[in-house]
Amino acid sequence: MPAMFNLQAVSVRYGHITALTNCTLRIEAGERVGLVGSNGSGKSTLLRTLHGLMRPSSGQLDVDAQARQAMLFQRPYMLRASVLHNVALGLLLRGMAWSEAKAQAREALERVGLQGESLRNAKALSGGQQQRVALARAWACRPQVLLLDEPTASLDPTAKREVERLMDEFAHSGMTLVFSSHNLGQVKRLASRVVYLEQGAMLADLPVHDFFNGKLPAAAAHFLKGELA
Amino acid sequence: MNTFSSSAETAFSLISSLDPMLAGIVARSLAVSALACAIASGAGLLLGAWLGVSSFKGRGVILALLNTALALPSVVVGLVVYLLLSRSGPLGYLGWLFSFKAMVLAQSVLVLPVVTALVRQTIEDAERNHGEQFQSLGAGRFVRGLILLWDERYALLTVLIAAFGRAISEVGAVMVVGGNIDGYTRVMTTSIALETSKGDLPLALALGMVLLGVVLVLNVLIALLRRWREQLDDTAPLAVVQAHRAAS
Repeated sequence: MPAMFNLQAVSVRYGHITALTNCTLRIEAGERVGLVGSNGSGKSTLLRTLHGLMRPSSGQLDVDAQARQAMLFQRPYMLRASVLHNVALGLLLRGMAWSEAKAQAREALERVGLQGESLRNAKALSGGQQQRVALARAWACRPQVLLLDEPTASLDPTAKREVERLMDEFAHSGMTLVFSSHNLGQVKRLASRVVYLEQGAMLADLPVHDFFNGKLPAAAAHFLKGELA
Repeated sequence: MNTFSSSAETAFSLISSLDPMLAGIVARSLAVSALACAIASGAGLLLGAWLGVSSFKGRGVILALLNTALALPSVVVGLVVYLLLSRSGPLGYLGWLFSFKAMVLAQSVLVLPVVTALVRQTIEDAERNHGEQFQSLGAGRFVRGLILLWDERYALLTVLIAAFGRAISEVGAVMVVGGNIDGYTRVMTTSIALETSKGDLPLALALGMVLLGVVLVLNVLIALLRRWREQLDDTAPLAVVQAHRAAS
């Protein structure tokens, strides 16, 4: 079975700075991969590289070209337009007709529980609601892979729970999830596998149970201890 | 009575008496500058958006030239347009020299770098902050430029105000290519220059006050339009939602 993503010794550089070093990783369909590590460890760079927003400077990256991808950013950008139009935009950009895009956008908003807000200005929504609009925008494109860059950072606990619930539902529907997070509780709840990065290098790649209970490399254990303290 | 108070009095009497000569000059000034701004904005918005999202070899040089063009002296623009439109110039066959069209052309050339440079900066900042998200949704460079242009529409209104201010306040270009012909190519700024050279300082200053007043009124109208649109963006959809909920 072909992998969704297959990275062989991938490195990514921004000018003189190496953001990702020699990264080898294989992600299969239906997996839920949590990326953890401190700020600047390379989590976002890895997600952007998987999504095709950045090109590897060296190494080989194979992506399942048949699999539709969507990405959710930490601070989703909302256009100065209605919630419905913000969701329909992604579909329009993929070539869908306007009427069909609006119908599918309405369905996506219903999926995230925001059907009642569809005519509101998206910029006037709370951070949690905007993140749900972004989830609807991503889900509306019917992706097989959803990449999420710290999707619940700066959200209040209620909004966090709501976004996590949606991520969990998406994963149960068979979607492959790759997400970065500083919230280890969230990683424990949502991930089936954890990748630990430090200074651009992958130091651990373990099933979630082993990551939290097994023997970790010293740096990862130190990080885990600090985060759980 | 000093020059300023007598100028204010003259300005007031010119406006209150609805002086036809003054009205003609004001209308011509507004028409020339508004048309020039419309032409320059059409090109400058697209060019600025494209420069804001594009990356190519030599872009730095183009930006340096563009930013330098912001300091173009209006009289130099007038001179270049004069040479283009003069009988022996490449556009001489148009017969536009010393006409309304020549003044519009000169002001368009003057304002184009202002619109392009300011739009480029606005779109580049927006692209840096949010471009990746539109790219993720499948938008190519050109489409991203257009989306950001639309989304930054209120910020870009300020750019258009600045461009209009640059156009209506300049004197060098319209003087050279228009010739300040009474009733034909005379505008506010060339009238002020003429009255000053004749020594009628109160009238020149009065015309200056009228010019500022016209620009002030326009700016207030645009600010009100912007505020109204922004409020409409925030509240009208809510009102529609409430009506929708009440109906269902």
